[in-house]
Amino acid sequence: MEYNAMELMICIAARNLEDGATVVVGTGAPCAAAMLSQKIYSPNLCILFEAGGVAPILPTMPISVGDSRTFHKAIMASSMPEVMETCQRGMVDYTFLGGAQIDMYGNINSTMIGDNYQKPKVRFPGSGGANDLASLCWRTMMMTVQDARRFTDKLDFITSPGYLKGGRSRYDAGLPEGTGPYRIITNMAVMGFDDETKWMMVLSINPGYSRQDVQDNCGFELKWAKKIDDTKPPTDEELRILREEVDPHHYIIGR
Amino acid sequence: MALGTRDNDTEGAMLSGKNELFTDPDPDKARAFFRNKSRSMTPKLSQIKDVVRDMIKDGDYIAIGGFGANRIPTAIVHEIVRQHKKHLGFAGHTSTHDFQVLIAGKCIDRCDVAYIIGLEARGLSPNARRAVESGTIKLTEWTNASLSWRLKAAAMGISFIPTRNILGTNTFDHSAAKMITCPFTGKKYAAMPALFPDFAAIHVHEADIYGNCRVYGASVSDFDLAKASKRVVITTERIIPHDEIRREPEKTVIPYWCVDAIIEVPYGSYPGNMPYEYFSDEEHLKTWLKVERDPEELEIFLQEQIYGVKDFYEYLNLNGGIEKMKKLRAIEYLINNK
Repeated sequence: MEYNAMELMICIAARNLEDGATVVVGTGAPCAAAMLSQKIYSPNLCILFEAGGVAPILPTMPISVGDSRTFHKAIMASSMPEVMETCQRGMVDYTFLGGAQIDMYGNINSTMIGDNYQKPKVRFPGSGGANDLASLCWRTMMMTVQDARRFTDKLDFITSPGYLKGGRSRYDAGLPEGTGPYRIITNMAVMGFDDETKWMMVLSINPGYSRQDVQDNCGFELKWAKKIDDTKPPTDEELRILREEVDPHHYIIGR
Repeated sequence: MALGTRDNDTEGAMLSGKNELFTDPDPDKARAFFRNKSRSMTPKLSQIKDVVRDMIKDGDYIAIGGFGANRIPTAIVHEIVRQHKKHLGFAGHTSTHDFQVLIAGKCIDRCDVAYIIGLEARGLSPNARRAVESGTIKLTEWTNASLSWRLKAAAMGISFIPTRNILGTNTFDHSAAKMITCPFTGKKYAAMPALFPDFAAIHVHEADIYGNCRVYGASVSDFDLAKASKRVVITTERIIPHDEIRREPEKTVIPYWCVDAIIEVPYGSYPGNMPYEYFSDEEHLKTWLKVERDPEELEIFLQEQIYGVKDFYEYLNLNGGIEKMKKLRAIEYLINNK
């Protein structure tokens, strides 16, 4: 079946969420990935929303991470401190973030463009819960279209921590041991991070793209895993469930 | 990347966020205030107009309960704009439509930012963005958990709470948090200063006339907000009998002594979602985003929707009244009654 970049990224993300894990998601693509994963791979994936919803059975895609869908038939309608403290205690495995810029250590900017904080060229919403989730969940993932401006070696603002300056700098800053960026899923490739340097490293290349495409659309030099896999394209089952059950109005996959 | 400024050069110097702390975290000053706050269980039924006129002064620091366009006290937010309250500080904690309205009314001049400007999946507010990009509003950067925990510290009656988020980022650099070391483990923490707002408005499902409240669905940070704030006004979908509160006391999530005034405002979260009652009015919220593209069009819209109406119910009727609410209730209940 034919598919678009958004569908591909959601399917890849869904495969990365194992059964029995916990994941905090926002609205949009991350929520779609978690729902898809639940329906195909991980029926016991526990989805949390930062306003307090725990393990809902989502009837439709939420518009807000605090709307009533986020605790529809849930096991708990709790609070923001409850969810954030569960993350801080080390009980949340995954989260997904978005952002305007990302660097080679997986640091993310969702605050502003420009060099004057009080008078930015472009202002974005800010952290919301992003910094909290990136700081406190074990593994952070990102789904994004890749280009050389978005993947840059110089962020205008570090909203949410990746591996900061690489190596152990994240943990030396006081962030919890063992946490950090895990997978960056783009339209062109899937990246992880080098164990020691924590520099972004390509793990697999998506169908239709070359090594050159992936590097040309990145503003810093990428590292490459010893063995580069071909990303498995979405299966017919993934696409069918994504289109018919997860996002029937194509709010997200139609973008 | 600029690192945070150092407080001093001595051994054990701490890293500090360099932006302004808009509120005083001193717990003894808060205690002095709370010492004189009434604990008598007296009826507190009030009017929106009176509450906003009497309980909010220009320059106060305010917070709004709920989550942006979910369970928000819209009647209070509109009245703040209608009464042209100025120079307010604002807790931009999980705020979306509430911030959008207050910024359109030019009520805010400083803001603790966790999430502003955006309306989640709906997009960004063009007017809020213009206001912030123009540099006229003083900002200090935080996160949703940071503001939740700042309210929790205040609710606990302490001056700060140690947390493990924001460390190492520009979010920390532009906050007013400080880095501290744990006396037991030597671990680094961000110290989040207690946030005691002057005023908070919270919309709930049910309350008695004394202000004992019930909330259904996600509570966000509202229980701590009610405890942390010096003055608290509750708008409620329904006033219920006091006996009902005493029949099931475990359902009380905000006790009367936190509450200064209470107003029954059915449909009071409109155009926001009220869990188990009605869904958000997405068309109306879309209209907001559309008219905001042009400042003149926004002024006309504000005149029509807020300044030119006498109260929340005139606004509600202007936007479809009870017929609209029936539709939004059907959406909330997942009933297909097109």
